[in-house]
Amino acid sequence: MHLFQLRRADDVDAAIKAASAAQTAQQGADIRFLAGGTTLIDLMKLNVETPQHVIDINHLPLAKIEPTPDGGLKIGATIRNADLAHDERVQRDYPVLSQALLSGASAQLRNMATTAGNLLQRTRCVYFRDEHMACNKRNPGSGCAAINGFNRTLAILGTSDQCIASNPSDMNVALMALDATIHIRGPQGERDVPIAKFFLLPGDTPNKETVMQPGDLITHVTLPAPPKGSRSLYLKLRDRVSYEFALASAAVVMTVANGKIETAQFSMGGVGTRPWRNADAEKTLIGQAPDKETFRAAADAFMKDAKPQSQNGFKIELAKRCLVHTLDSAAKLA
Amino acid sequence: MSDRDPSEPGKSGPDRRTVLQTIAAASIATATNWPTQSKADMTPTQTLVSPGFAVETKLTINGKPYSATIDPRTTLLDFLREHVHLTGTKKGCDHGQCGACTVHIDGRRVNSCLTFAAALDGHDVTTIEGLGEPGHLHPMQAAFVEHDGYQCGYCTSGQIMSAVALMKEPCGPADADVRELMSGNICRCGAYQNIVAAIQQVRQGT
Repeated sequence: MHLFQLRRADDVDAAIKAASAAQTAQQGADIRFLAGGTTLIDLMKLNVETPQHVIDINHLPLAKIEPTPDGGLKIGATIRNADLAHDERVQRDYPVLSQALLSGASAQLRNMATTAGNLLQRTRCVYFRDEHMACNKRNPGSGCAAINGFNRTLAILGTSDQCIASNPSDMNVALMALDATIHIRGPQGERDVPIAKFFLLPGDTPNKETVMQPGDLITHVTLPAPPKGSRSLYLKLRDRVSYEFALASAAVVMTVANGKIETAQFSMGGVGTRPWRNADAEKTLIGQAPDKETFRAAADAFMKDAKPQSQNGFKIELAKRCLVHTLDSAAKLA
Repeated sequence: MSDRDPSEPGKSGPDRRTVLQTIAAASIATATNWPTQSKADMTPTQTLVSPGFAVETKLTINGKPYSATIDPRTTLLDFLREHVHLTGTKKGCDHGQCGACTVHIDGRRVNSCLTFAAALDGHDVTTIEGLGEPGHLHPMQAAFVEHDGYQCGYCTSGQIMSAVALMKEPCGPADADVRELMSGNICRCGAYQNIVAAIQQVRQGT
């Protein structure tokens, strides 16, 4: 691990000021915020991240979960994943979020990892994690060893000829289906970013993953009130039953009344370069009866632009079945 | 293996652990009577880190206060093993994937390999040494002994620290619930069946 200067931030403005001198907030940032450390310290040990300055933000007052005036929820940046998953308001109003969080990582890691850290979680692509391999995300212009390499676990949606790395988070998939808003404070003040606009596609710059700029600090995430009468569900398919990243996962938030689907929001993990949502697929469900043919048509629409790599073609059918099963199970929830 | 017994037959010079202890003792101060080489060694005199980078941290380990000036890269795992000589906490993968390094911070289980010691200023750490000792085993330690919840033993302290923390977490009654919440602790010998039996015995208070 490269040597760095460790500082503890005691207020938000000081943290932002200290970080605003960074060259970038994306891959290879020279200044990094440290929260749970479960991604950052891991990648620093691999020399994939080599910050010269690390700012410990664990003492900032960002660890609260509070109701919002419009019936939603405000989730602090440094709330630990375990605490968020077990919060009774989350379990009652957003079960999909609680289930997604509890399906991720291990109990130890969930005690450490934070809301904002999970949003910024990095890909598990083995070539990204190995400093000796070609990787356009870690080392722009060096090529992509994954495209003709071990890509069984990587993305089939949103890829480019530069990068096919998948976003590994479960929490992000649920936040996507729940229309979360990311609240960022930076040197220029505060801004709110809908989660659908927070993650960037790799394109020609896979080293840029989010809209985060130097000095930007995620302070909290808000969720709108859940649609009245909605039910929600998360399903994760993987090589092991526990403690493994998703090959395909689905988060569903749906309202069914009088035998018809009234609202449907769903997203998938394990298949995209970012947590994936598809408005066209959602529209196919509105006003329809909640049956398997309807769900299969939505899944076909969802995966329409999927582009398999040499080893992950199985993911297209796996993801469709994952989505159909989750939609069907959600529709049957009381 | 016998644990740092200077009278161990066949050993003449200092072993690796004694050497490490001597080196580390120069950079750590403790308010307790932790056995070090001499009283002079207990002064936090030098550190190999350049002064601009060294960080001071004060934390409590198994009820005893410690303060040290350390390299910021020092993980809690390395701090425990190399500086405080609490070698019950094991280094497996060093990347948060195996759970051998599990300890409690403020009563919650974490991977000590993914935690910087210098970021723990003011926190309370519990290691396997703080749970119990021969003659006064923690009930979970006793249950692991009774059920043979190990083979080689390398993952055991992490398993036990995880299991003790699990007792205070939401967990269903079934074996499958225990397996799910213990999935962050890998046992390559495959003692899982007995580990689950030990934990269930303590949970059920039988």
